[in-house]
Amino acid sequence: MISLSDFLIVSAGLFCIGLFVILTKRNAIQILIGIELMLNAAILNLIAFGKYDRFINSGQTFALFAIVLAAATTAVALAIILNVYKKYKTIDPDKTDQLKD
Amino acid sequence: MTMVQAMFYLMGFITLASGLFIAISKNLVRSVFMFFVTLMALAGLYVLALADFIAITQIVVYVGGILVLIIFAFMLSGRETLANLQQQQSKFIRIKKLPAILLAVLFFIVMISVLFKTNFDGLPWIQQAIAQKNTIGTNDAMIGNIGVGLMTHYLLPFEAISILLMMALVGAAHISRKEKGI
Repeated sequence: MISLSDFLIVSAGLFCIGLFVILTKRNAIQILIGIELMLNAAILNLIAFGKYDRFINSGQTFALFAIVLAAATTAVALAIILNVYKKYKTIDPDKTDQLKD
Repeated sequence: MTMVQAMFYLMGFITLASGLFIAISKNLVRSVFMFFVTLMALAGLYVLALADFIAITQIVVYVGGILVLIIFAFMLSGRETLANLQQQQSKFIRIKKLPAILLAVLFFIVMISVLFKTNFDGLPWIQQAIAQKNTIGTNDAMIGNIGVGLMTHYLLPFEAISILLMMALVGAAHISRKEKGI
């Protein structure tokens, strides 16, 4: 069988790729994709550890909850992005700076 | 190398490679469709980790819901964004990206070093689970068990998350409606 640390290595790589995407992209939708990548890395960890809990399935159940939370997050974030685009005509987070002094 | 291991390495490689493509791609549409590939490969990884119900949920909710939502929002936000994005200069590594690369690589090194220092089979709760035959085998079907658990052991988180989901959807509809005087 596949060992636990193999899953954790893939998850760590995915998390760092998500971190890189969030730090470098200049587009709000791509930053949202980076956040989703990091969330998926965390869900992969939950599932890999959830193999050792057969009777009450805590890992898999909370992976389900995390997926639902990600869906709610994305809906609200996309509504905010559409509003920002309507107001500023851009979705570059560096250019939406009217709250700045 | 067994078949399962070969599938695991294939899925892991597809996941990380498409993630890297998202990271270095300039084109937003291409990165969104590569995100589709990443999510599918991750569903394959979930199946290999013996969580088939989560894999189906991943495909239904992420690929069928979130990805379509992202594509809709992107297509609705107009052509100009696309044009602006493609005008960026396409040098592979710019000097502005150097701190981000450094941070990501160093964070990866830290996590990997912690991972290799940990002996997972020696952890007390994992040893206890193995001793009590509490591990999921390849022949177990966990869907019924998850369903019963959601209605008994996890009833409070289940209801809380349903209220939160309803609040989020109502809030999203309220934010994105067209009205002048709010």
